[in-house]
Amino acid sequence: MRAIISLFLISVLAWGIATALNEIPFGAAKTKVGEYYIGRGKEQTGASNIVTSVVVNYRGFDTLGEVTVLFVAAIGLGAVLATRRKKEKRDVEPASLVLYTGCRLLFPLILLFGAYIFIHGHLTPGGGFQGGAVVASAFVLVYLGCRGRRISETASKTVESLGGLVFIVVGLVGLAVGGGYFLSNYLPKGELNSLFSAGIIPIIYIAIGFKVGSELAGVIDHLVEESE
Amino acid sequence: MGISNAFDFLQNHVYYIGSFGLIFIGLFIMLVKHNLIKVIIGLSILETGVNLFLVSVGYISKGTAPIFSKSAMEAAPMVDPVPQALVLTAIVIGVAVLALALSLAIRLYHHYGVLDLRRIKELRW
Amino acid sequence: MIFVVSLLTLLMLSAAIAALIFKDLMSAVIASCMVSLIAAILFYFLQAPDVAMAEASIGAALVTAVFIIAIRRTKRYEE
Repeated sequence: MRAIISLFLISVLAWGIATALNEIPFGAAKTKVGEYYIGRGKEQTGASNIVTSVVVNYRGFDTLGEVTVLFVAAIGLGAVLATRRKKEKRDVEPASLVLYTGCRLLFPLILLFGAYIFIHGHLTPGGGFQGGAVVASAFVLVYLGCRGRRISETASKTVESLGGLVFIVVGLVGLAVGGGYFLSNYLPKGELNSLFSAGIIPIIYIAIGFKVGSELAGVIDHLVEESE
Repeated sequence: MGISNAFDFLQNHVYYIGSFGLIFIGLFIMLVKHNLIKVIIGLSILETGVNLFLVSVGYISKGTAPIFSKSAMEAAPMVDPVPQALVLTAIVIGVAVLALALSLAIRLYHHYGVLDLRRIKELRW
Repeated sequence: MIFVVSLLTLLMLSAAIAALIFKDLMSAVIASCMVSLIAAILFYFLQAPDVAMAEASIGAALVTAVFIIAIRRTKRYEE
């Protein structure tokens, strides 16, 4: 009964959307603001990846709000799960030798790859969010392979706070020194397509990378730690 | 004639079909299933569908990625970067929200011993 | 090109339907991981490499890990 009603509702919704979609042709011309970002982004921000310049520079304030949402979600998860914390060492079955060795071999390589992604965020596809996720997945690998090892909570909290602080301080310095608005790009732009270019964009993206990586690793840690 | 019409239709609508198919399947899972974790799986599928739809709206035919990997590249055939930036942040928020929802589900399971929403409604207090 | 995209779309939708009908939650999670992975390929075809990287590393890896940890701490089968 419930399935039939839901199917009926969804088919009504599908009909409405199908008629509306005829007004949005696939592959048509882009919006005016997108046109502006592509045309001017190279000169105004100095980053060759336009998506990065939109995320960090043109819409940097949105990104700050988004990082805050991530932070609040991580705090909420800790608050929901924190009531029955068991701190004593659990005697866990050790992983097999192949898994243990492979995990210890791969862990630094994955960290290096994540760091590469968020350092080159303004030149190649990638950036702080993707690199942070890769770093967090390295910690997932540690939880799978080297059981019993934990990331230190104070270290992850410190890295996370430092990342957020660097973001806000760089933005506030732009308010004081640069164009007079939050997150204005006041450092020299440098040469296009070189590593030291695009002013404040790499600094902020590296801060975001550390923050996202430590936050997601903390989320995984909270979820794993409670298992009784 | 019929075949080329179908080809044109597919060319123009295949991404829309995929994304809205995902949205409707995710919505159906969320409406019909009673298991809490199944509902959250439906939420993640719905989210993927919405992201796919937003990016496919920003596509222009025969476009290139919005990256000036050589400084002499033309700007005209690049796809719209604004939906891509939006979706990039939406994906990262999505994983945090999913983890929060799953932690609430874990707490509910510890409290009631079941994950079935009908049973939880009966067992209130 | 269009045939590859159509085939991938078909595969993605059937993986989503598999996530709907599986009673074993672990299989349903793996099916939804497959949905994310194919969506990442489609993002690449739509000329969005940034989004494709985010979807592949977050949607396919981290979300699956979080789901599997949560299932291990609750129940595996849906009754």
